[in-house]
Amino acid sequence: MVKYVIVGASAAGIAAVEAIRKVDQAGDIVVITEEACAHYSRPMISDLVSGKADVQKMKCKNDDFWKTNNAEARIGKKAISLNLTEKTVNLDDGEKVAYEKLLLATGGKPFVPKMEGQEKDGVFTFTNLSDAQRLAAKIDSIHAKSAVVIGAGLIGISVTEALVKKGLKVTVVELQEKILSLLLDAKASDIVEAIIRQAGVNFATGQSVQKILGRTENDGAVGGVILTKGDQVPCDLVIVAIGVIPRTELVVGTAVKLNRGIVVDNFMQTTVPDVYASGDVAETFDFILNQNRLLPLWPLAVLEGRVAGSNMAGAKVIYEGGTNMSSLKYFGIPLVSIGMANPKEDPTLEILVKQDLQNNVYKKVVLKNNVIVGMTLVNCIDRAGILFNLMKTHVNVKKYKQDLLRDDFGLAVLPVTLQRKMSVVQ
Amino acid sequence: MKKIIANQEACMGCGLCEVYCTTAHSKSKDIVKAYNSERPKPIARIRREVNKPVSFAIQCRHCEDAPCVTSCLSGAMQKDQKTGEVTHNKDKCIGCWTCVMVCPYGALIMDKEGHVVTKCDLCQGLAEPACVANCPNQALVFKEVKA
Repeated sequence: MVKYVIVGASAAGIAAVEAIRKVDQAGDIVVITEEACAHYSRPMISDLVSGKADVQKMKCKNDDFWKTNNAEARIGKKAISLNLTEKTVNLDDGEKVAYEKLLLATGGKPFVPKMEGQEKDGVFTFTNLSDAQRLAAKIDSIHAKSAVVIGAGLIGISVTEALVKKGLKVTVVELQEKILSLLLDAKASDIVEAIIRQAGVNFATGQSVQKILGRTENDGAVGGVILTKGDQVPCDLVIVAIGVIPRTELVVGTAVKLNRGIVVDNFMQTTVPDVYASGDVAETFDFILNQNRLLPLWPLAVLEGRVAGSNMAGAKVIYEGGTNMSSLKYFGIPLVSIGMANPKEDPTLEILVKQDLQNNVYKKVVLKNNVIVGMTLVNCIDRAGILFNLMKTHVNVKKYKQDLLRDDFGLAVLPVTLQRKMSVVQ
Repeated sequence: MKKIIANQEACMGCGLCEVYCTTAHSKSKDIVKAYNSERPKPIARIRREVNKPVSFAIQCRHCEDAPCVTSCLSGAMQKDQKTGEVTHNKDKCIGCWTCVMVCPYGALIMDKEGHVVTKCDLCQGLAEPACVANCPNQALVFKEVKA
């Protein structure tokens, strides 16, 4: 029997290995991953397509990570089912791995809606390294000139930038009326959209792709798309980047409670003893909404995996929670958006905004009872973490809220008691 | 580990710490060249904050459990287990700004030309960090503190 078995070797799985080793240096660890490379950064796959990074640069840990942590990585093996009574993970090669403690860190998979023609050569999803490698190879092999990206969220915008850097003409199709709608309000979205348009990208918002067309000389290869409003857009490639959904196949039909993702408590334990879940597959605590939800973000997966690993090894660590939080670097416009950055009308919320549209600068803080619950910074993200820390620690900012959006906002604005607490001053 | 500690009472907000930090991290190590001619422009990794009458200087705190390290997407930001220093590898950095989003001290500086972040490295190789050595009023001290 293996003491610790982890399914998935991305952010959460890797963080769990490190956390286990902080508590238990001896217990054996087996990490099962179907991927060919076990310790790369998924958020960097667009850098692989643009040519900014190779696989070596994408590795977020040294190659000796597994050795240093005395953990065995079963690379290229797929977990196909669980037996929670016998406590085994069944692999695709017939092996049964018995566990004492199990972590499900299987992550997410791309959501692909049904579209006519989606089986055509040249349609890609964009979630992992092999997706990126296939896409990069295809761009080269067919000398692709144009692409349609479906989805204007984080993934869609990241792959769009990579394709633009490769010289492709890109049209982004988004069902919502605004791009990056999960992160930005209409104003911020418009600023970012205008900048991306300047880079030559077209947007078709408020619609989706109803049909993927073939080429006249080869109907099996992508030649264009027809949008729901009827427009036809010729293209060599289609990238489906709508979002990810949890990879819950292993627990469907088992005693592990499943909502949209795997249900976990604040120790990252599922409803079945000795079985934990973390990362994009789990529904974890959002400290702004005060409830568990899907938050498929790399930095949160690391924190969650760490909590799971610590608890699996016998420490008692509670997950503090995360929230919807992203920083973007694309098209030269840095932006940060966290929490309820785009709330619905609500008289209990106070919204502070400062903008300098000539310089594409937009700053917004959302307060509830004088506590920051949301923020957006566009093209002016210096010291964003100071605001985030106030948000995360639920500090009442009543006395200095008029200073929060000052250009020189910083720690000096905070009360001395807080400065002392943070050991900024003696 | 030894850390740079600010004494707010002694800080006059003169900003020499920024000037000497910039110079120490320039190629030429020459104050005039660093400011006037060097390209890419060297960047101060310390920030003087003034909110009169309060002023102090702040740079990376080399946190024990550093949010920038746990949230780093590329593995560029690391905690050196031996020295305690939070190190940043420019070659691995992809300028995703996640660390800028999570640092409670606002201590990670965006190198907008280089599209990477930059930060205090405690002036490795110098007897004392340049900001400490050149503070005219001992408002910055380099001393052993509990991690």
